[in-house]
Amino acid sequence: MNLLAAEGPGLRLDLDVFDYLILAIYFATVLGIGLAARRAISTSADFFLSGRAMPAWVTGLAFVSANLGALEIIGMAANGAQYGLMTLHYYWIGAVPAMVFLGIVMMPFYYGSKVRSVPEFLRRRFNTPTHLLNAIIFAVAQVLIAGVNLYALALILDALLGWPLWVSIIVGAAIVLSYITIGGLSSAIYNEVLQFFVILAGLLPVTIVGLVKVGGIDGLFDAVRNSDLGDAALHTWQGTANSGNPLGANWIGIVFGLGFVLSFGYWTTNFAEVQRALSAKDMNAARRTPIIGAFPKLLIPIVTVIPGLIAIVTVKGLGAASGDLTYNNSIPLLMRDLLPNGVLGVAVTGLVASFMAGMAANVSGFNTVFTYDLWQTYVRKDRSDEYYLRVGRIATIAGIIISIGTAFIASGYDNIMNYIQALFSLINAPLFATFIVGMFWKRMTAPAGFWSLLLGTLSSLTLYLLYLGDVVKFNSDLEESFWGAGLAFVTAVVVAVLVTLVTKPKPENDLRGLVYGLAGSSTSGDAILAADKVWWRNPALLGGIAVVLAFVLYIPVW
Amino acid sequence: MADDELIDKTEKLEGRSSAARLFDVRVVIGGLFVIYGVIVTLLGVFDSQSEIDKAQGVRINLWMGLTMLVLGLLFLAWARWRPTKVPTEGQDGN
Repeated sequence: MNLLAAEGPGLRLDLDVFDYLILAIYFATVLGIGLAARRAISTSADFFLSGRAMPAWVTGLAFVSANLGALEIIGMAANGAQYGLMTLHYYWIGAVPAMVFLGIVMMPFYYGSKVRSVPEFLRRRFNTPTHLLNAIIFAVAQVLIAGVNLYALALILDALLGWPLWVSIIVGAAIVLSYITIGGLSSAIYNEVLQFFVILAGLLPVTIVGLVKVGGIDGLFDAVRNSDLGDAALHTWQGTANSGNPLGANWIGIVFGLGFVLSFGYWTTNFAEVQRALSAKDMNAARRTPIIGAFPKLLIPIVTVIPGLIAIVTVKGLGAASGDLTYNNSIPLLMRDLLPNGVLGVAVTGLVASFMAGMAANVSGFNTVFTYDLWQTYVRKDRSDEYYLRVGRIATIAGIIISIGTAFIASGYDNIMNYIQALFSLINAPLFATFIVGMFWKRMTAPAGFWSLLLGTLSSLTLYLLYLGDVVKFNSDLEESFWGAGLAFVTAVVVAVLVTLVTKPKPENDLRGLVYGLAGSSTSGDAILAADKVWWRNPALLGGIAVVLAFVLYIPVW
Repeated sequence: MADDELIDKTEKLEGRSSAARLFDVRVVIGGLFVIYGVIVTLLGVFDSQSEIDKAQGVRINLWMGLTMLVLGLLFLAWARWRPTKVPTEGQDGN
């Protein structure tokens, strides 16, 4: 991750007192939200689930914001500069369908079963070994990813503002630590909603001024066509018959690897995301949470992929292997070249906000799983609620301290996004397979849950290690993560079926509300298609609109 | 009830939760964006020619400042016209 390695003053932004004022006001507001949210915390349910009282528009924007970490923004701009418009696949096929599926099909199981976390669903559907395995993997992964976020924040502040690494790490960690320890999930969610708007306000000027510079969208496309990337960078599907395209992946890899396994795995089982929906005030709000998030997700490429393309045609020498001109610096370089003081301060604030959004999502997912799924389930079961509230706060502090240490694990990678992809292909793809089989096949047994999860994870881990060891070859890291995810998914499904055939199923009574067709009120086909009284609160209809929009958006960039 | 001891314990607590009742995030978003809007608009009004040239001739501070100001005012207006309702006790939305 030599992203933004500050080797000289090349990336240094010239911030003035007003820019710093804008940044300082933001820090103060974030802490103020934490303090205000504190008054609303009287129980552990408030701290970990926001008392299940949030309106859908708040959880929906928090849902998309939790994914709008700076790693995502910087990484997607880098991909835009490197691969062109094929990066759009990460949004339109690689996110929106999965978000809609989560809201329409899976949320009735999650929210209806009243579980407090994603691992807890596995405990109820399968058994404690499955639960323990997933809870530990999740907790470790969240701390790792929080560490990556923190380290990246420090690197970017070093490069842009000249702050020493340790100052940024301590300031960044201290702010996230205070607002989550004080205000819990509510504080994280409210801040994510605020961050969503600050990030957009910060990045929009980059796109606007950048487009003016290159002569609008037509001028941009003409310039890209004449650049090294060429015409291939302006198409999303053309040229995917084989892997001879900028992304190095064919349509099968894109549709099944990215669009199905990776994306469904990430969006539907990643507790750092799902937690936002679990905090919603009722079933309908929970189901609309990811669907409301899907609409902004459709348009986020405007502030990530487009700036990436602008950077590749306006910044001479972009795409260097190291130094200031790496792909990862696309957005910071445009900020330096195009933004006057004022909007520059908002842009820096937006980047800082996005680091915090990403990190806070990881930390609030971690403290919940640690407290409810590990400590309360396996270590101390029968303590008072105040006790678990205290454990949650201590877990937050410990998690952040560990994440500072783990940050440096990421430093060996040159493209952080690929590192995150590799991690998720290991964790989420087999988990999604185990979930989807377990939710729709009531016969699937408890041992089948455990073995499918374990062997699925081990299969993609093995492939990843063979790839790193040069035993198995792929065109790109990206292609490896598609295949790793696909392998993990198939392995998990096959193992689930085989083990189920030789073990005894759970009694149906234990599975009510957890499996399709064995429901109570929340998981029947009728409930899944259930409509609200007004059409704009109907999850199935809203979800359908989002998916259609994703298809329509593809047409001009086919 | 979910027939699970740990989950039931938490579910009981949700009834007496107070989160989201005391705090309206729309006011905070509105307030922050009004402040940002005013600062950036003023900077935009007094932008020097070199700053406008840097932004390719676009008065980006002025436009973004006004946009943020309007966004902030919209949030404040929304919060004022449709204040947060106190959620009813024990509602679980089935």
